[in-house]
Amino acid sequence: MIRFDQVSKTYPNQNRPALRDISLEIERGEFVFVIGSSGSGKSTFMRLILREERPSTGRVYVAGKDLSKLSNWKIPQLRRQIGTVFQDFRLLPNKTVEQNVAFALEVIGKSRPTIGKAVPEVLDLVGLGGKGGRFPNELSGGEQQRVAIARAFVNRPMVLIADEPTGNLDPETSVGIMKLLDRINRAGTTVVMVTHDQAIVNQMRRRVLELDGGNLVRDQSRGVYGYVR
Amino acid sequence: MRAQFVFSEIFVGLRRNLTMTIAVVVSAAVALGMLGVALLMVFQTSQMKDFWYDKVEVSVFLCTKTDQTLHPTTCSGGQVTDTQMTALQTDLTGNPLVQQVFPETQAEAFAHYKDQAKGSPVTEYVTPDQIPASLRVKLKNPSTENIDALRSTYQGQQGVEEVADQKTILKPLFKLFSGLTVSASTVAVVMVGLALMLIVNTVRLSAFSRRRETGIMRLVGASNFYIRLPFLMEGAVAGLGGVAVAALGVASFKFFLIDRVLAPSFTFTSFVGWDKVLLTVLILVPVGLLMAVGASALSLRKYLKV
Ligand SMILES: Nc1ncnc2c1ncn2[C@@H]1O[C@H](COP(=O)(O)OP(=O)(O)OP(=O)(O)O)[C@@H](O)[C@H]1O
Ligand SMILES: [Mg+2]
Repeated sequence: MIRFDQVSKTYPNQNRPALRDISLEIERGEFVFVIGSSGSGKSTFMRLILREERPSTGRVYVAGKDLSKLSNWKIPQLRRQIGTVFQDFRLLPNKTVEQNVAFALEVIGKSRPTIGKAVPEVLDLVGLGGKGGRFPNELSGGEQQRVAIARAFVNRPMVLIADEPTGNLDPETSVGIMKLLDRINRAGTTVVMVTHDQAIVNQMRRRVLELDGGNLVRDQSRGVYGYVR
Repeated sequence: MRAQFVFSEIFVGLRRNLTMTIAVVVSAAVALGMLGVALLMVFQTSQMKDFWYDKVEVSVFLCTKTDQTLHPTTCSGGQVTDTQMTALQTDLTGNPLVQQVFPETQAEAFAHYKDQAKGSPVTEYVTPDQIPASLRVKLKNPSTENIDALRSTYQGQQGVEEVADQKTILKPLFKLFSGLTVSASTVAVVMVGLALMLIVNTVRLSAFSRRRETGIMRLVGASNFYIRLPFLMEGAVAGLGGVAVAALGVASFKFFLIDRVLAPSFTFTSFVGWDKVLLTVLILVPVGLLMAVGASALSLRKYLKV
């Protein structure tokens, strides 16, 4: 589903690469944690998958497609197949929960009936049935993140990318979000999640990729956070 | 694509930056208005050059009935006779300096005068026998010496009221129009530059104030076109607003300056009609749109990452 082939990334005017010679493959339906200290290159890794950045050397493949060969006008097609969730939710404050989710479908040109059907469905799925008319500031952080996940998932993407989705949430709320991501994963969506949360990684026992200073220092299936080398 | 969605976005955007929108419309209007006036003057000049009246260099005005009292020195013999007129015409045609002679009867001259001074209240008191018949003369070489030579030959002949140097009369008018063209285009160029900068800046502000929306649109895979369309349409609406105001400006230029001031004072030449005003506005529409949409697109390339 996602393949990195000797990928290095150095940002302009930086002498130290943010990622160095990364090669790995993530299969369809996998759940992968990306961990590492701050500045180790986790977000850069995610941005390469979204083609928000291009690798300096090497190739990134998503769903069999070489992203370096992807022309600019096809990038939106790629992003429609990838759902994204961030630490800061990124909801539109002047739109209701329903409108926030519907927005994602409107702007890719889905028809009104399709939207009318898909939005309540996905809100039920994330456990927000009945709260569709609320505004983001009328929701708890955990609920806001559920809206963001609903928006990322409403178009049924093949891959869900989450950059510290529980970073702003308390442990209990985080567990709820993890259960939701796990459910989405079990339904067949590949999930890649960046986290600093040891407890979550240790509980889930899924594949762990650890970055350190831009190097991939660990790729372990059913891994834990505090792995002693 | 959902039209309603796009339109609501446009008006939200225009309202949000209302002061900037007004600045854009006003500067675009001034730029386009000046461009319109310059265009109108170009039409005017070319029309004057096409009109045979303005090709002639010398007009030999013949005596009218009333000239016996009005110009007793030159028209002591009373109204010009047919014989005198034919003789003068034959003589002029045979003159080596002359290329062509266009005779104009009193009736023709009156019709032309009426046409020119349309709307001016003086026309009511003017009758055909007050307007002189004339022989309009095109010279082979319209130099000042030749014009003077012709004048000294025919001034004072029987039936000739006055030999007028048409070229000298028209010169200030041509000068006025070319001056207007130059100054209007200069202002237009400066204002177009200003309008472009304002549009670029407005779109930049607009893109900045909507970066949340556009960021999400990008992430969920909205096409570049879809993300940019509201901004481009904002530009287009502002540009069309500018065209509308400019059209009013050009129309008032025609209505007040040309029809009320110039036409009554320069009755011997013709002025651009409303058809040319319409043509000018029709030219301004694509120019305004191109200006606004082009500047918006340029600004988006720079300030709206996709
Ligand atoms: N746009 C950018 N321009 C220049 N350098 C950047 C840019 N983005 C990231 N970097 C640098 O690249 C390195 C990796 O950054 P990245 O954001 O991938 O780290 P991270 O692992 O996500 O960190 P965190 O856990 O704090 O989010 C850092 O040294 C950072 O300073
Ligand atoms: Mg990060």
